Amino acid sequence: MRKKVTAMRQTKRSSKATSRRQFVSGALGAMIAGTASLGFPGTVRAKTTVRIGLVHPVTGFLAFSGSQCRAGGLMAIEEINATGGIHSMGGAELEAVLGDAQSKPDIGASEVEKMNEVGVAAIVGAYASSIGLATTQRAARHGIPHVVDVCVSDAIVERGLQNTFRFGPGYGTVARTAVDNLVKINDAAGRPAKTVMIIHEDSLFGTGTARLLSSALPDASFDLVDVIRHPNPTRDFNNIVLKIRARKPDIIIPANYYNEYILLARTMSQYNVRPMAIYSVLGGTASSFKFLKEFPRTAQFIMDCNHWYDPGHPAALALRRKAEQRGLYFTYELFLSYCATKLLADAIERAGTADREAIIEALESSDWSDHFMPYGPTRFVNGQNQGARPLNTQILEGDIKVIHPAEYATADPVFPIPATVQGNA
Amino acid sequence: MLELELFIPATINGLTTGAVYAVIALGLTLIYGVLHIINFAHGSLLMLAMYGVFFLHTLFGIDPYLAIPIMVPVMFVLGYGLQRGVISRASHGKDENVLLVTLGLAIVIDNLALYLWSSDTRIIDTPYAFATIEIGPVLISTPKVIALVAAVVISVLFWLLMTRTDLGKAIRAVAKEKMGAELVGINVNHVYAMSFGLGIACLGVAACLLLPTFYVTPQVGFAFVLIAFTVVVLGGMGSFMGALWGGLIIGVTESLGGLYLGESLGQIGIFVLFILVLLFRPTGLMGQRS
Repeated sequence: MRKKVTAMRQTKRSSKATSRRQFVSGALGAMIAGTASLGFPGTVRAKTTVRIGLVHPVTGFLAFSGSQCRAGGLMAIEEINATGGIHSMGGAELEAVLGDAQSKPDIGASEVEKMNEVGVAAIVGAYASSIGLATTQRAARHGIPHVVDVCVSDAIVERGLQNTFRFGPGYGTVARTAVDNLVKINDAAGRPAKTVMIIHEDSLFGTGTARLLSSALPDASFDLVDVIRHPNPTRDFNNIVLKIRARKPDIIIPANYYNEYILLARTMSQYNVRPMAIYSVLGGTASSFKFLKEFPRTAQFIMDCNHWYDPGHPAALALRRKAEQRGLYFTYELFLSYCATKLLADAIERAGTADREAIIEALESSDWSDHFMPYGPTRFVNGQNQGARPLNTQILEGDIKVIHPAEYATADPVFPIPATVQGNA
Repeated sequence: MLELELFIPATINGLTTGAVYAVIALGLTLIYGVLHIINFAHGSLLMLAMYGVFFLHTLFGIDPYLAIPIMVPVMFVLGYGLQRGVISRASHGKDENVLLVTLGLAIVIDNLALYLWSSDTRIIDTPYAFATIEIGPVLISTPKVIALVAAVVISVLFWLLMTRTDLGKAIRAVAKEKMGAELVGINVNHVYAMSFGLGIACLGVAACLLLPTFYVTPQVGFAFVLIAFTVVVLGGMGSFMGALWGGLIIGVTESLGGLYLGESLGQIGIFVLFILVLLFRPTGLMGQRS
């Protein structure tokens, strides 16, 4: 409130002291506006642009996921510009300012500084939780609205930052849903699974997810036999798989990034470790068309509780076709970043200005429903979209099928996996 | 105690992983250990070699192991050319310039790879990728056993090259006394380039051994380069048998560290061991006092 009063005072002060230059430019502006309204060709009107920062880890160990996010953000911007830009700002075009966090939080923060210097209206980013923590914090310092695309750590929205808005679910929601659905799947099959083992990467995302699961699984009557953490990159998964073989869990829950996931899955195949289920929680790879295409044998029957789109929504299917035409995989990074950018564009549209404070206000009151995620209209409380939730998927018959909840399901879960493919563990 | 049952499999697994470290370090020990060229581009060149193997497999259907006779000469020529045409010309014989030139090379190669092949993780599927050899209760990955045998063979070949050939003598002479070697008629620039070429050729072999079980991305070199430098210093600068032993010891330390301390904390074991060896044997395990 105080800020607004100061701003009004400043406006009053500046209006009293109008310089000659301001007067001339104002008069010129009025003349141009007048001419345009008289039916002068639209080209005379200077089209403004609104700068949007896209900060992602496009190099370093998260490069694949970061590049997918960037591609999603750019596709959204391209689509908005192709359909007339921001209508409330006279068709202002969105201009992407690209930042590379190099898979390091501190670099992410310095990219935000650069974006602030070039005057971005808002930022979309930053894929990884650890990077997102740094970029949202730094953006808050400059009052830049920051729409979070993935970053599942709940610390992202628990620090009281007014500028931060997360479209997707946090790992608290995902872990709760994952355990609830695992119980349902297990119950429906006659409760064959009793023991679980968690394998997670050691940054904020994996550690936080594992911590939540570790407390929720015993409450759901599962015996947690071990929790193994590993660094990024891990060059060798043999030891971890040896431990899995020795402990023989019924279900394995991985929570890690792409490269480590494929090494783990391949090493498990190598040692013929096939438990009743591989049930990823935000495993990423398990609901990846890339993984499915490259390793159909390894991928078969893997379940995942992750960010996923409404499988019957025409807009999702159209975006998937478009991405595949460009040689891109339709991964959650791509479609979440796409949606996050469109959510931001909707806020700018409603704000009718590139003013940061106005965009933050528009995001706070956002009820955007023109998306294909199973969230319903957006509603932000303390920066978290309340309807955001994950879906359960399983790789079946060479495709990724939704198995939970019923309203989005395209197949029934196969659990436990057929005895012919079950091996050790 | 469960971890006790896993002790032997984990040790064998560490040996096979260490063998790959040793092959990467063998090339580096020639470049860094003998000629004291701090080659920051070692990881980037390994990445380049891995892409070479990947494309030979996907475009021409050449098996990674059969690609060794192609990758070795290609990487040798690349290494020779880089030393002769870029590193030696740009550094003007100053060590600090070499450091910057190789760092610059690494940045250029990494970004070029990112531009050409994107940050996509690529991996090949071979019929033997999931093959294992069973010895009692121990299962060992076949590609890793091949890597272990290859590491021993390459170490012996390098040792023979250095001790039994004129080129080996020339390399040792240049390493000991550059000006003296030049005075007795050794073409120092040629020897430097030959050493660099041989070191990089080693990466060609390492790439062929790695790809059946590992992925390739433009950043993949970082995962191995720090370990390679550690192996070279631990084994003793310029000692090929030292590089082999260093690689194997580090592989086992990493594996057992991971088993007992957890995969994240287990990495500490490598550096604790490294500090201990340097405290009590500053020249490394098999290094000679200068």
